[in-house]
Amino acid sequence: MEKSIIVAGFGGQGVMVIGQLFSYTACETTDKYVTFFPSYGAEQRGGTANCYVVISDEPVGAPKVEKVDYLVVLNEPSMQRFKDAVLPGGTLFINSTIVKNVPDRDDINIVHVDAGNIAQELGNPKCMNLVMAGAVIGESEILPADNVLQTAFKKLGAKRPEMNPINEKAFNRGLAIGKAAKKQ
Amino acid sequence: MAEKIFMKGCEAVSESAIRAGCRFFAGYPITPQNEVPEYFARRMPSVKGVFIQGESEVASANMVYGAAASGVRCMTSSSSCGISLKSEAISFMAGARLPVVLANFQRGGPGIGTIQPAQQDYNQATKASGNGGFRMLVLSPSDLQEAVDMTYRAFDLADKYQNPVMLLLDGFTGAMMEPVILPEAKTDEELDAIRATKTYATTGKKGGKQHKVICGPGLDTRVSQEEMNRRDAKMYEGWETDEIDYEEFLIDDAELILTAYGITGRIAKSAVKLLRAEGYKVGLIRPRTIYPFSKVAFDNLDYGKIRGILSAEMAIPEQFSTDVKTAVCGRTKVETALSSGGNILDRGYIIEQAKKLYGDK
Repeated sequence: MEKSIIVAGFGGQGVMVIGQLFSYTACETTDKYVTFFPSYGAEQRGGTANCYVVISDEPVGAPKVEKVDYLVVLNEPSMQRFKDAVLPGGTLFINSTIVKNVPDRDDINIVHVDAGNIAQELGNPKCMNLVMAGAVIGESEILPADNVLQTAFKKLGAKRPEMNPINEKAFNRGLAIGKAAKKQ
Repeated sequence: MAEKIFMKGCEAVSESAIRAGCRFFAGYPITPQNEVPEYFARRMPSVKGVFIQGESEVASANMVYGAAASGVRCMTSSSSCGISLKSEAISFMAGARLPVVLANFQRGGPGIGTIQPAQQDYNQATKASGNGGFRMLVLSPSDLQEAVDMTYRAFDLADKYQNPVMLLLDGFTGAMMEPVILPEAKTDEELDAIRATKTYATTGKKGGKQHKVICGPGLDTRVSQEEMNRRDAKMYEGWETDEIDYEEFLIDDAELILTAYGITGRIAKSAVKLLRAEGYKVGLIRPRTIYPFSKVAFDNLDYGKIRGILSAEMAIPEQFSTDVKTAVCGRTKVETALSSGGNILDRGYIIEQAKKLYGDK
């Protein structure tokens, strides 16, 4: 089984962190093969940023693929660029706080996550990416949720341990949204 | 077994080099390999190694030329147009027969091209990385574990042949992350023993040691230039039997062969798997050593049952594919799947081209 993910947004939204969080979790807590490929412009903040993650039971062939199982869109320009990149039967996760244009497709599952507002409500807009990460795991179950959370504590908590409680809350809010959006 | 670590390509190559005993690195920043000098800058002090950011590519390559003459394991890296700037020093290293490991994380070209990944330096790496017609062993990994293992081995090969060795990578391999198992770090004692075997090394005349001269052809009065060229040619010829390395995948009953190297090699391999799942009898030849060329892999094919060969690379016009055509020598038709300008060759496109060449199942 091979699952591919694109996370797309602008620099500063934590795009790479979502991709790396899944990748480190796969590498360090499972027997799966994983690749991570970042793509971004010269800007540190505000420029386009996206990353490709492939998690597989076999060695990964193509780390960058045109069509993916899961697309995570954090801003409007990314929606325009990647809206056709979801495979039929795949899932599109939208940061619905700022992304308003939603593609008219009935062959994919579309999950609206009010991640920006949830993060704001939790007290730190920066944890928006953890809400999105939770939603992806809740809906897709590509990795055990607890492993992802532990990896977040280990990697993000290393520098900012005081962020652990809010990151956990953000992740769990997303997780619940993802679970509820699961297609039966 | 050692623990797998999730690492970025540039950093995995750098760490492997340090574990192989690299104790001198000089470089100059250029995208997409800035994490290489950055990693060495951070890591070298902990192994009592030297990191220098030269004032230019030319300067840093010549610093490495000098370091190699002292017998220390050394390396420089760059990307495409940066390698062009280093080519004068590379030619001098080969002329003086000094072991240096070079890494090229290719980007698009010609000229400044693009900072995005490409495979447009194949001809430069395998045929003329500088003036004078010298050759180097050129290794090209398809994944990060191979990159780690090849880097480690490159230092041994450089010492074995007393000649520069090039790792031909690309911006994609440099930027991507993948789990790797790192090799054991060589101990100081092991490195001292390696250095002690380098009788040519200029390590000072203290204690009345013999006077040593390291220089390239034309400056050495002890041996004629032609003699030196003949000696080197003989070494290059020996590589054809001793150093060719390639992967064959599902070729026994294959009616179509995909061939590719480096990052494109892994994409082509996964295309072979997907085509097989659809019932196409497809196999793969993936050269790991790209100089000398794996001609033997193409000689071993049973052309009676092969419909054609599809050669894939991120270079327009083709470079690697020309060597494939020369090796195949008209025994079957060879077609290409190409991209450039920073566009990663799409697996779907490779599959589509393969199906076209294959015809009816």
